[in-house]
Amino acid sequence: MNLDPLHLCLIFSSALFCIGLIGTLARSNTILVLLGIELMLNAANLNFIAFWRYGPSPVPATGVLFVLFSIAVAAAEAAVGLALVIAIYRHQKNVRLQEANHLKG
Amino acid sequence: MSLSVQLLWLIPALPLLAAGIGALTPRRGRGLAAGAAIGAMGIAFLLSCGALTTALAHPAAHAAHNFAWFDLGLGALRLGWLLDPLTAFMCVMVTFVGLLIFIFSVGYMHEDANFTRFFCFLSLFAAAMLGLLVANSLLLLFICWELVGLASYLLIGFWFHKPAAAAAAKKAFITTRIGDLGLLLGMLWLYDSTGSLLFYDGGAGVLEPNALGSLVAQTTVGGLAVSTAIGLLIFCGAIGKSGQFPLHVWLPDAMEGPTPVSALIHAATMVAAGVFLIARVYPLMAVDQLLAAPPLHALTVVATIGAITALMGALIGVAQSDIKRILAFSTVSQLGYMMLALGVGSWVAAIFHLLTHAFFKALLFLGAGSVIHAAHHEQDIRQLGGLRGPMRTTFATFAIGTMALTGVPFLFSGFWSKEGILHAAHEWDVSHLPFYAGLAAVVLTAFYMTRLVAETFYGSARSDSASHAHENPSVMTLPLVILAVCAIALGFLGTPVWPWLQARLLGQEEVHGHSLLEGGGLMILSIFLVALGLGVGWAIYGRKLRVSAAAPDPLETALPPVFATLRAKFGFDELYAATVGRLNNAIAVVADLLDRYVWDGAIRFLAVLGEFVGVVSRETDGDALNGGFNATSESLRDGGKAYSRAQTGEAHGYLRVIAIGFVLLVLAVMLGGGR
Amino acid sequence: MTSLPLLSLIVFVPWAGAALLAILRKAPPTTVRVVALLFSLSTLVLGLMALGDFDPARITPQFVERQAWIAALNVHYHLGLDGLSLVLVLLTGIVTPAALLASWRDERDPRLFGALFLTLQGAALGVFLALDFFHWFLFWELSLVPAFFLIKLWGGPGASRAAYQFVIYTIGGSAFMLLAFAALYVATGTLDFIQLAQAAADGTLGQKLATLGGWWPKAVFLGVLLGLAVKVPLWPFHTWLPSAYAEAPTGGSMFLTGVMSKMGVYGFLRLLWPLFPPQLHAASPCLLWLALGGVVLGAYAAMRQTDLKRMIAYSSINHLSYCLLALFAVANATGRPGLTSEATAAALSGTILQMFNHGLSAAALFFCVGIIESRSGGRRGLNDFGGVRTAAPIFAGLCGIAMFSSIGLPGLNGFVGEFLIFRGVFGLVPWAAAVACLGLLATALFLLTFWQRVFHGPVRGLAANLKDLSVLEIVTLAPLVALMFVFGIWPQFLAGLINPLVTTWAGHLSLP
Repeated sequence: MNLDPLHLCLIFSSALFCIGLIGTLARSNTILVLLGIELMLNAANLNFIAFWRYGPSPVPATGVLFVLFSIAVAAAEAAVGLALVIAIYRHQKNVRLQEANHLKG
Repeated sequence: MSLSVQLLWLIPALPLLAAGIGALTPRRGRGLAAGAAIGAMGIAFLLSCGALTTALAHPAAHAAHNFAWFDLGLGALRLGWLLDPLTAFMCVMVTFVGLLIFIFSVGYMHEDANFTRFFCFLSLFAAAMLGLLVANSLLLLFICWELVGLASYLLIGFWFHKPAAAAAAKKAFITTRIGDLGLLLGMLWLYDSTGSLLFYDGGAGVLEPNALGSLVAQTTVGGLAVSTAIGLLIFCGAIGKSGQFPLHVWLPDAMEGPTPVSALIHAATMVAAGVFLIARVYPLMAVDQLLAAPPLHALTVVATIGAITALMGALIGVAQSDIKRILAFSTVSQLGYMMLALGVGSWVAAIFHLLTHAFFKALLFLGAGSVIHAAHHEQDIRQLGGLRGPMRTTFATFAIGTMALTGVPFLFSGFWSKEGILHAAHEWDVSHLPFYAGLAAVVLTAFYMTRLVAETFYGSARSDSASHAHENPSVMTLPLVILAVCAIALGFLGTPVWPWLQARLLGQEEVHGHSLLEGGGLMILSIFLVALGLGVGWAIYGRKLRVSAAAPDPLETALPPVFATLRAKFGFDELYAATVGRLNNAIAVVADLLDRYVWDGAIRFLAVLGEFVGVVSRETDGDALNGGFNATSESLRDGGKAYSRAQTGEAHGYLRVIAIGFVLLVLAVMLGGGR
Repeated sequence: MTSLPLLSLIVFVPWAGAALLAILRKAPPTTVRVVALLFSLSTLVLGLMALGDFDPARITPQFVERQAWIAALNVHYHLGLDGLSLVLVLLTGIVTPAALLASWRDERDPRLFGALFLTLQGAALGVFLALDFFHWFLFWELSLVPAFFLIKLWGGPGASRAAYQFVIYTIGGSAFMLLAFAALYVATGTLDFIQLAQAAADGTLGQKLATLGGWWPKAVFLGVLLGLAVKVPLWPFHTWLPSAYAEAPTGGSMFLTGVMSKMGVYGFLRLLWPLFPPQLHAASPCLLWLALGGVVLGAYAAMRQTDLKRMIAYSSINHLSYCLLALFAVANATGRPGLTSEATAAALSGTILQMFNHGLSAAALFFCVGIIESRSGGRRGLNDFGGVRTAAPIFAGLCGIAMFSSIGLPGLNGFVGEFLIFRGVFGLVPWAAAVACLGLLATALFLLTFWQRVFHGPVRGLAANLKDLSVLEIVTLAPLVALMFVFGIWPQFLAGLINPLVTTWAGHLSLP
């Protein structure tokens, strides 16, 4: 099986995504869940870069721009997420996601 | 001095002014109120004398002064004053008798707290009565007629704290009003038929030939001439006011008022207003005599009612024991005489008797008042007695009055005036029954007056109040003396030999009375009857004087059922209470029940109906319309509940669902071939 | 002619007063009462100004104000004043201040009371002056609202029920009237009284109504009749009246009987009679009996009342039925050959004078009963008192004059109207006058019984502590009593205002 760089990248990002997904689903610590989400996000970013770099028209830096936006958004999201975690911690003296279910309708 | 017709209004206006002053004077202003009333009456008397000279200068003229009261339609409603001998004589009589009674009242009402109000009401009465006399319009006459009724109401009920007085006042007003409605209808009919209510209006008045001719030419229900029907309706008013049968029931009760009131209003003047009214509209009453064969002459009815009243009043008077009630029934009887005279065609005889009666009946009432005042308001003749000694002036004047009333011959005025009436009744060609009734009443009058005098003045005092009686001050006795003089002197104005008064009233220079010889037989008969009445009365009551108040009346022991019937006044009050009173109540009950149950019931039924519709529509709304909406929203809410169960709050659960979804999505993409 | 919009001022100044009272939230009660009184007096002042410029000889409305208002409906703002309106405006100007004075001592929210009263006054004046059905009806219905609250909030124990009955009954009647006028509008395209009356006079109204077909012409007439009959009220549509009058506060009763009951009769004169002469003529035999029912049975029913206010209320039914009797007699005689205008003019003059005179005397009587009531803590039974005349002679004197005015004693105002009505009715329908005499008798009977029980006899019951009139009460009652004398002795003042008008009416009595 001959693997071009694109496929390698895709396999890598898939692995990264799966790790993130498992971390998200399996962890009960909210911070680790957030980390998992970041991993999945970065897997997607990696795909953007890969498809741009090895895709048909790499000249306009569209992939890079997307990724830059995405990172910025992810940073904001992480900030909000961590703030929420702190709020949860203040409220219930731990960060266990299973216990943070008081907002259900 | 003479008074022109334009200024005639002054005569009623002066007492009216005095009444206004009396109304506004506070209670302590006794002198002012009485002074104003007496002064106004005095001036009115002088003015009346002036009017009399004017009227006598042209006795045949009906001097009238008419004016518009207010605009009505294309014309105006007009009122006016009238000056003729009838008006003038009546005015002089009313002001003179009124003046004396006013003076008497100063003494009689001396102790009353409402002295000023009494004089206010008396002046109001005088004003209304004089207005009635000078009116040249049936409407103005009616207005004053009603005001006279008002004054009578106020004065009968003057001691309104006594329930009997309050009831008597109401009874008088209502009973006379029944008659007044007849007068009102007659007046409306007259107005409608002739377009005027003025008596004399230069040829256009209702008592002038044009109008009378047209009235007598038309006939109405039952073939009556319109003039007859109107005349009878007007006579209804006279029946009520003059206490004629069958509306006489109020007059005896009216004696609840102070005695000067009884003298002035219910003996001398107001009750005579009915007689005056018929005399005033005499041309209208008599015009149907021209018809060949009408079903009924108005005057026949007048004569019949008068005769019945004369006899009935005298009969009832026999068995009464209240001094004022005896005089009241005597008044009823004498008014019957006057009506009888009017009915048989001699209105001058009626007016002559009216004038003489006013003086001697006022005298008798004031004499009775003097007795009552002296005897501390004791009115029952059984409780009195022996007053001849202590009250000499009163006794003497009362005796003169009695003789004038009974018709003691030649010297006393009542003899001449009554003789004129009997003569006229004798000459009436329709029937002689009224004449016989009149003769019977002569005997009875002499009889009951003898009884009254014997019981009151002779014998010994039968109660404390009578034994302490003493003569009244001269402010009360002086009017008695003056009236007594008049009760004698007035008769000579109208003797058959020299009928001056009759001539002036008829507007002729000289009237030939029937000579003494011509009417001699009748005169002897009536003298005999008077003597009979006096003799029998004296035989029963004078020779064997009553010894105690409780002793039964000699007549009562002799004829118990007759006496009881007469004493009960033939039971008219009870009869009316049982018939008219009940009917009245029944109508009231029906009217009330109609309102309460039928009309209000109908409305309530509508309301219930409305409520029923409301209930029905509420139910319809609930089940049919609201039900559908409810069901829809119920299911919506159930669905929402079901979906909301998926929201657990478990973030991991959500993530799992997302993951599974993602996997499924990927599988779908792969199996679908990436399209 | 002044250039002022006088009639608009007459109508709207009271409303301006009501608005002012609404703003004066913090004002002390006395200020509020004085303001209300001053604004209510404006009607009298403006009415007298109108009287100064009024020309009685002109029979068309004067001081006319006519502005296009709702063009799509052909509705105009149209006010005008003729003799009839002027008499009623003056009556309102006299009765309303008296009614406010009568309630002077009422401590319950004088601001709202005054405001409602002024609103009521303006609405009544609007009814008397409006010449277009559209806003005539607005005023007509608007008068119910303040009247409802006056009865309900200031009334006696049964006031709530009485107020509801009053309003619903009256609205029920006017609903029919509204429908009738809607039909009339469909047929003619106008709601202007003058134009409609013109059309009725030349017969085109009848033709146009006939185009509606079927029962419509009759239904239109009956609808208007019903609306007015309830308001007057015509017997037997009167059962709301005794309880409403009895439960209303004294001032309210005075206004209701003095002014509002006249609105109905005014409607008869202004609407029904000019617009529907043939229909009214056809219905008159029946209506005559109803009016006689009111005259006779109204008076007899009064005899059975033990509540003094109810008794006076029934006497109002009796007195207003005289007005209707006269009007129906005129309608009955319309078109009769050989009809003289004298009897007709007398009947119509009598109707108008009776309206005015009844307003004065009934208001005064209600005030007198109110005085008794306020002195005795709400008791006003016929048998609760006795000998009041001993305890309170001035009160007895003034009340007695009012009572005799109501009985129709000559020399007081009541007589003139009643005499003219009887004179007219006798000339037109003699038997009706004869029957109506029973009513005169019964009136005297029950009023004198009232007088005998309450004022005469020994002092008993609640009369013992009865104080005589205060200065304020004398100030309220004395002008009314004085006017009774003035209009009784000098009726020319009123007769001169209306005579050309009624003479013209009487001269045009023919059926198209």
